[in-house]
Amino acid sequence: MTAAGSANGHARLGSFPAAVEREAPREARSYHGQPVIKEPIWHPEIPWYFFAGGLGGASAGLAWLAELRGNEVLARRAWIGALVGTGMSPVLLISDLGRPARFLYMLRMFKVTSPMSVGSWVLAVSGGAASAAGLDALLPPARRRWRRLLRVAAIPARPAAAAAGLPLATYTGALIAQTAVPVWHEARRELPALFAAGAAASAGALASALTPVAHAGPARRLALVGCVAELAIVPLMEHRLGELGEPYHREAAGAYGRLARGLTVAGSLLLAARAERSRAAAAAGGALVLAGAACERWSVFKAGFQSARDPRYTVAPQRRRIAGGRTRGASRRVVAAGAARAAGLAGRGGAS
Amino acid sequence: MSELEVRTYGGEARPRVGFFTDTSLCIGCKACEVACKEWNRVPESPQGFTGNSYDNSIDLGANRWRHVAFVEQRKELGVDGVAAGGLVEAASLESLVTDTGLQTYQDGEGLRWLMASDVCKHCTHAACLEVCPTGALFRTEFGTVVVQEDVCNGCGYCIPACPFGVLDQREGDGRAWKCTLCYDRLKDDKEPACAQACPTDSIQFGELEELRGRADRRLEQLAEAGLEGAQLYLADSSDGVGGAGAFFLLLDDPEVYGLPPDPVDTTRDVGESWAAVGVAAAGLAAALIGSVLLGGRR
Repeated sequence: MTAAGSANGHARLGSFPAAVEREAPREARSYHGQPVIKEPIWHPEIPWYFFAGGLGGASAGLAWLAELRGNEVLARRAWIGALVGTGMSPVLLISDLGRPARFLYMLRMFKVTSPMSVGSWVLAVSGGAASAAGLDALLPPARRRWRRLLRVAAIPARPAAAAAGLPLATYTGALIAQTAVPVWHEARRELPALFAAGAAASAGALASALTPVAHAGPARRLALVGCVAELAIVPLMEHRLGELGEPYHREAAGAYGRLARGLTVAGSLLLAARAERSRAAAAAGGALVLAGAACERWSVFKAGFQSARDPRYTVAPQRRRIAGGRTRGASRRVVAAGAARAAGLAGRGGAS
Repeated sequence: MSELEVRTYGGEARPRVGFFTDTSLCIGCKACEVACKEWNRVPESPQGFTGNSYDNSIDLGANRWRHVAFVEQRKELGVDGVAAGGLVEAASLESLVTDTGLQTYQDGEGLRWLMASDVCKHCTHAACLEVCPTGALFRTEFGTVVVQEDVCNGCGYCIPACPFGVLDQREGDGRAWKCTLCYDRLKDDKEPACAQACPTDSIQFGELEELRGRADRRLEQLAEAGLEGAQLYLADSSDGVGGAGAFFLLLDDPEVYGLPPDPVDTTRDVGESWAAVGVAAAGLAAALIGSVLLGGRR
């Protein structure tokens, strides 16, 4: 053990001469190759929640609009998506907590600086409204008192669920963007749009699969719009990330990303070409698109972990910011002792 | 130093306190790690033998609120710098290493050994506090940042939010834990355990304003002595976290010690993130309306 430890030490000493490090800024220096930031501790519940929240949020909008348009057949199926999606969301979130019994503490306050706080309120509203609206749409009418109450409650709940579904499907982009994880924070402008696209695709896909083809036109169109947007936003995001886009092509994130692309393309082609006539094609295409949307969330999730794990992704962009003069960084040196004192300590800024 | 507003405390607000960790004085004794564990009853954190110099506690986390970093460096031998003798010595050290696999720290020449005790920075703009949905993380009357363990529900948001990787979840407990700057001791007008235990005064506790002045003078001193890499880290309110309550004098770049060179509180971009959510939500609404209301009814 000791010998092995020493050998490692020597290899490191040999391979990190200070002079060489200075000349190769791309290979950022690090502390024994260890991460600078912590990987998130979030479990698989979280990417599944991104998926479920997107599905539920966009399904509620689809259901309400289909109702307005008089397409009750589609609306009933879309309410199923809303009910399942928003119903699963709190279950997933609570089971991910370190202290699940304290889930109600999420509503102790409302903080706009915390997308998780805002999201908790959005989910509370959206989940409540979608439950009332969805149950009312699916349960057979009855003369019971609670059933009549549900009917009344569903009247405002339907538009409320549709409206709250929009932030529910998109805030999760801000949730992960507001972290120190490089590939998430630097993609803060694209992530909500990517999640919105996935939400549209999955809501449309589920409703296409569940609805008789004659009534599923709007759902198919929604799925296709979502798929096209999703396929367009991913390369845009990676382009804007530049070198930070790398994790999206590596390891699990890369695999999920390729899978997402393949499934989304195949599913949308099937939906576009055959789903108008064949219920089987609609079901298969819908399933493929749903799987694609889920994989896309997993790709984003995994890329965050991968970028957090490697100190290069944290240090190199920060060094470039400093080298490019966009920031001074957090270090202040004395340039030349005497001169600096004369100049009132050039590097001290607000410290005085 | 008006950048930190502790308005809610009114008359109970106390002067902001912090740590000035002067790494040029650190001897790597780890007394701070031990004192912290003892006083705060931080659970043991056996992490195994790393082979990373004398560092076997690896990083800050739920069960390590102080962490001493050890960095071994080949001494810089500038072109005009150290005499040829130094080079020869360095080369012979290298061959000793290759021939025998033995490390000879005690030979000293050609090697530089950096040590630094790391801790929660108690940032002026603390991302952990801003993203905490429950309010478990709060700003104390001393300007420090503390997790209330009876409120934390283990959502884990603060953990990737911290630009320094300070916080972590405690296994089997589920909550996030970190340095409290000995909040209990501060209330009794005592200095934090780590600072009291530090035998070389590498960890200095005090009112932030006074510490910053002391740090400026020390930096000048070291620069005059020819330590070119010396730098104050997080001592300036204009940096990405608005300066920190715990700041450092480092002898090399921050990343060498595992610290980010340009940490930022991502809260400054929260407006941009919400704007992107707004655009995305509007886009989703447009897609829904377009799909259902335009085109055929079926």
